[in-house]
Amino acid sequence: MADVSTGDDGGGKKGKKRPKKGTTRIDMTPMVDLAFLLLTFFILATTLSKPKTMEIVYPKDVKDPDDKMKLNFLLANTIILGEKDNQVFYYPGKFKLDTTQLEHVDLSKDGLRKLLLDKNKNINEAVLKLEEQLKNHQLADSTFKRLRSKTKGDDNAPFFIVKTMNKTKYKTVIDVIDELNICNINKYAVVDIADAEKIALKREIKE
Amino acid sequence: MPRSSPSLDMTPMVDLAFLLVTFFMLTSKFRAQEPVVVDPPSSSSQILLPENVMLITIDTAGRVFFDLTGKDIRRNMLQNVATKYKVTFTEQQYQRFAVMGTFGMPVVELPAYINADEKKRTLIDKTATGIPIDSLNNQLSDWVQEGYNAAERDNMAKFPDGKAPKDKRVRYAIKADGMTNYTKVKKVIDIFRERQIFQFNLITNLKGAGPAKS
Repeated sequence: MADVSTGDDGGGKKGKKRPKKGTTRIDMTPMVDLAFLLLTFFILATTLSKPKTMEIVYPKDVKDPDDKMKLNFLLANTIILGEKDNQVFYYPGKFKLDTTQLEHVDLSKDGLRKLLLDKNKNINEAVLKLEEQLKNHQLADSTFKRLRSKTKGDDNAPFFIVKTMNKTKYKTVIDVIDELNICNINKYAVVDIADAEKIALKREIKE
Repeated sequence: MPRSSPSLDMTPMVDLAFLLVTFFMLTSKFRAQEPVVVDPPSSSSQILLPENVMLITIDTAGRVFFDLTGKDIRRNMLQNVATKYKVTFTEQQYQRFAVMGTFGMPVVELPAYINADEKKRTLIDKTATGIPIDSLNNQLSDWVQEGYNAAERDNMAKFPDGKAPKDKRVRYAIKADGMTNYTKVKKVIDIFRERQIFQFNLITNLKGAGPAKS
């Protein structure tokens, strides 16, 4: 009638009906849906499958940390982990059965973290300063890393010996190592508890 | 003004979407099904698990499971361990082992495990004893040694000048449940230390902890 379709003007006059040339355009929406669904799936699957890890270096010889202790007891600190969750004890310097008092600390921010930050104050401040410089683009990334590991490995840095009981849970050990890492303490070792310390620990738990 | 149809040309978008899909499909590696569910403790560490890794899984009961990445490396390792323990594997079993995931049983029981289908494997995993780590029958130590040797040989073949880049060398990861006794983990670590391996990646979950502030 009056309306003329834009596709085949003039076609009607000849009487021959040519098949309408359909546009090549198809509805791609479902395909796009599918594509993005797959995309989302793969993005999530790949990023989630890479677990985080914590790097740790164990000493070469079991007797090593004890030898180190002979070098400088002023820098030595010991953390003893009991068999229950919240049994974390601390003492500085050399162990003497009669005089050493174990100090009970908890794994909260005000407990162990505060103690470690306090012990490691100088190193920590130096590292924070370096981080500040990195933020202000005064340091290159590689220089920052080099300086940081140099600062952490300073000769006067305190070192920590983590002693474990037979039934200490793995989680507790990781928690403590994590705290040490957070507080920029690089020098630590995980070793077995000595017999004398066991006695002191028992005494402490009973009290 | 004529109403324009709301359809728009989606071709470039579809192109891009499929390009990305292809990319992610090819780059992503699917994790093989794990024989045990292990809930690692959380830490604030951000380090990612390295590429070539020898993974030791320890569950709450102290059972030890072993895994190593790399098809050729696994095959090579199994061949050497098999000769040592005088266990014979068929060619098909070697091929299946090469693409298998974590396992935890004495070498003698391994052929049956390789032959089993997925359903049967989960059943076996439930009752598996883990890889023996006693000092009398320390099979883990041999797996570690042969795994390391196989990985080194593989690197030698790929980098004949003997200078394999650091990230291509095999690393050692330990994934233990938070409730596992530390002694069990220590036993495994001691086996590594006997083999002069001192650096480990302990697998942890990420927890939201801010940086240290004094």
